[in-house]
Amino acid sequence: MKDTMKHTIASTISRKVSRRKFVVGSAAAGGGLALGMHVPFDIDVANAQGAAGTEVNAWVVVKPDDTCVIRIARSEMGQGTLTGLAQLVAEELECDWKKVATDPVTPGQNLARHRVWGEMGTGGSRGVRISQDYVRRGGAAARIMLMQAAAAKLNVPVGELAVADGVITHAASKRSIRYGEVAADAAKVTPPDPKSITLKDPRTWKIAGQPLKRLDTEPKLDGSKVFTIDITLPGMLCAAIKQCPVFGGKLKSFDEAAIAKRPGFRKVVRVNEAAVAVVADTWWRAKTALDALPIEWDLGANASQSDATIAAHLAEGLDAAGSNGGWGVGDAKKAIDAAAKKVEAVYRTPFLAHATMEPMNCIARVTAEKAEAWAPTQNAEASLAALSEASGLPLNKCEVYRPDLGGGFGRRGGTQDFVHQAVAIAKEFPGTPVKLIWTREEDTAHDFYRPISQCKLTAGLDTDGNLTGLQIRVSGQSINAWLAPTLPVGGPNERQLQGWYQKPDDAQFGYGVPNLQIEYAMRNTHVPVGPWRGVNTNQNAVYLECFMDEVARAANKDPLDFRRGLMARFPKHLAALNAAAEKAEYGKPLPAGVFRGIAQFMGYASYSAAVAEISLSDGKLKVHRLVLALNCGHAVNPGQIAAQVEGSVAYGLTAALYGECPVKDGRMTDLNFDRYQVLRLAEMPKVETIIVPTYDFWGGVGEPTICVTTPAVLNAIQAATGHPVRSLPLKNVKFA
Amino acid sequence: MARLNVNGKTHDVQAEPDTPLLWAIREQIGLTGTKYGCGIAQCGACSVHINGEVMRSCSVPLSSVSATDKIVTIEGLSANASHPVQKAWAEIDVPQCGYCQSGQIMAAAALLAKKPKPTDHDIDEAMTNICRCGTYQRIRAAVHLAAGQTEGNNVPAATVVHRG
Repeated sequence: MKDTMKHTIASTISRKVSRRKFVVGSAAAGGGLALGMHVPFDIDVANAQGAAGTEVNAWVVVKPDDTCVIRIARSEMGQGTLTGLAQLVAEELECDWKKVATDPVTPGQNLARHRVWGEMGTGGSRGVRISQDYVRRGGAAARIMLMQAAAAKLNVPVGELAVADGVITHAASKRSIRYGEVAADAAKVTPPDPKSITLKDPRTWKIAGQPLKRLDTEPKLDGSKVFTIDITLPGMLCAAIKQCPVFGGKLKSFDEAAIAKRPGFRKVVRVNEAAVAVVADTWWRAKTALDALPIEWDLGANASQSDATIAAHLAEGLDAAGSNGGWGVGDAKKAIDAAAKKVEAVYRTPFLAHATMEPMNCIARVTAEKAEAWAPTQNAEASLAALSEASGLPLNKCEVYRPDLGGGFGRRGGTQDFVHQAVAIAKEFPGTPVKLIWTREEDTAHDFYRPISQCKLTAGLDTDGNLTGLQIRVSGQSINAWLAPTLPVGGPNERQLQGWYQKPDDAQFGYGVPNLQIEYAMRNTHVPVGPWRGVNTNQNAVYLECFMDEVARAANKDPLDFRRGLMARFPKHLAALNAAAEKAEYGKPLPAGVFRGIAQFMGYASYSAAVAEISLSDGKLKVHRLVLALNCGHAVNPGQIAAQVEGSVAYGLTAALYGECPVKDGRMTDLNFDRYQVLRLAEMPKVETIIVPTYDFWGGVGEPTICVTTPAVLNAIQAATGHPVRSLPLKNVKFA
Repeated sequence: MARLNVNGKTHDVQAEPDTPLLWAIREQIGLTGTKYGCGIAQCGACSVHINGEVMRSCSVPLSSVSATDKIVTIEGLSANASHPVQKAWAEIDVPQCGYCQSGQIMAAAALLAKKPKPTDHDIDEAMTNICRCGTYQRIRAAVHLAAGQTEGNNVPAATVVHRG
């Protein structure tokens, strides 16, 4: 096997627990600056590389052959963060990029070393932007230590040395020495104070900032890439699971005797109050035995819920008195009441499942002394906490190994339901590893869905077509209320208002409206919700940007000109919009039958805009082209940024065209790809990416552009038909 | 028990006759490059070649396969990832998470075996596997590249405009 994960897994399995020096701590401990302390050489961690190597500091291990192993604390799920982080470290390290390898640290190691690698959560497009400063300082500190060791060895002042591609040169004496030759000495050098290090000006980057190829492609081409679902441990059993189809329902009973004689069968396990699993020698046998298991559910009160009851609940929130948060300027109601022209619309977006290609799965092995989990996780520290909680063992007796993920999109972050379940099952087989795999149907039936919402927007125009007042009221489900009550629930920073915040820097509302009122009516349902690539920017960009086109049309103005007139106070929003318009040649006439739509939005500290070109023939929509502009502050790898933009278009268009999770009798009805349809290659438009970095902030990449894709397409449809599309997905919309 | 010829080697597999080929390949033979994605032949993550035809192995029961059928999985497509499709995939940096890519590569290899110079329409028709990361634009370009076609290779490089 080619990927380093194999080595890590193998060496971890064989590692002697007694040799590890655990420090008891808390998964919730503060992050702190990674290099704020001297880190003693840890032989076990170094051995996890699979060959001898010297740990210069927590981020960098140098092998005798000059291979620089860069430690990665964030999860890789396709978004390219692994490569981007390695570029940032390598840039400051001044090593040879061709000799860079990566190694995923585990949350147990992180805890044992006082969270030297900082937080491990990978969501919210934060993988690079939040850790860029300390990983660059980690690379720079390692370089300084290697240079000092070389100076001592060559017996010259460090100031006389130069370094490039991992080779340190003393020009005067024409001597050079390689990183691999001084790494052991460098590890003994007192690390510099990270705060004293001057980082490179990103405009001078040679490794970062370049469109380098990903480091992790090779094993993805020949089947050797190992995902958690692919791991087989000695003596391992496999489990399939069913959860009560109605959210909130309970497991009443099952008839184990009915399946006990099936081949390979081991046991039926009551996983928790709402789930049952069958354990067998292979997963297919577990799955088919579970299919044959008679199960009785107590469906509970939620079985009466449906699309209609949920829609009515949300609709009530649109006009109800009071709100759960928001902000405004001036008096929007008064301005609209006095306006020469009034525009009003109600928009709706549905629940959506993530549908990661690798279904939910997890391996657990539990003994009285140790609990281990192998998990595709976006938050390995949350996995560790879940493992500890479910096993009953303290954190320092738990470890989580984290193979790269077969997709994440927000599904595999804080919830860790799959870890809890796998551990509950594995506890029934002490010492035996058990691999839990969900079917696709289970995966779609028990997601933490993109929250459903509705939005009423009202605008007032004066006789010259100027926007004098705007009211936005969104009624929908709060992710924070379901998943994270410690984060803002309601209030101006509630996630349901993402992209409409008054405060700058993260997801700011980008229009200057003299009288503005933004309100959130929290209307929660029985359906579990969570972050879904782009989170609430998706819905909010549809609501606002499609409505802006409606208002522009009512004002007899071009949608781009209308927006520009409102954006003088938001130069970065405007610059992204202009960049997309320019690249798409916005003013240029299109071929007959082709129509254009535009949208802009801010999220994850980045500014995005899109121009879509579509046609409608015989009632069938074709999306031809999407031009997207992104200002993410610094562009660590333009090639991978383009890949993320392309991917966000596919993910976003899937939602626009097909995405909905209908609820009937309290449960999800569309459970596999035959009904929960996904965009395929034939429908993929040509995507052109323009990156417009301004080098004065760090913004996210994985999520920001997804939210402008759908409104750009919908606005192009509005341009074609003269009618707005106010309810998604488009598969339910008939074009005349 | 079933006897299977996978990647040129004979395997005797202890599994029920209705076991899908996918799970025999993964669980009995131990080749895990072929993935489970949906189980109903929708997503194509489980694509293998059977006698040169691309098949979705999640929906092929062992009972329908005989020892004379030549099954090729991603691990057996080439030595050292040297198939033109694999080389093109590397050149264009197609994969993101990579989970679906075994199936994508097997589908593309089968397409090129039949149509060495595929049109965009041919690619649309043949490449129906699902990728949730959304690598479709690069898949199209890589199929063209593997076919030695530079036209139709429509991955526009990202334009970086420095305005800082």
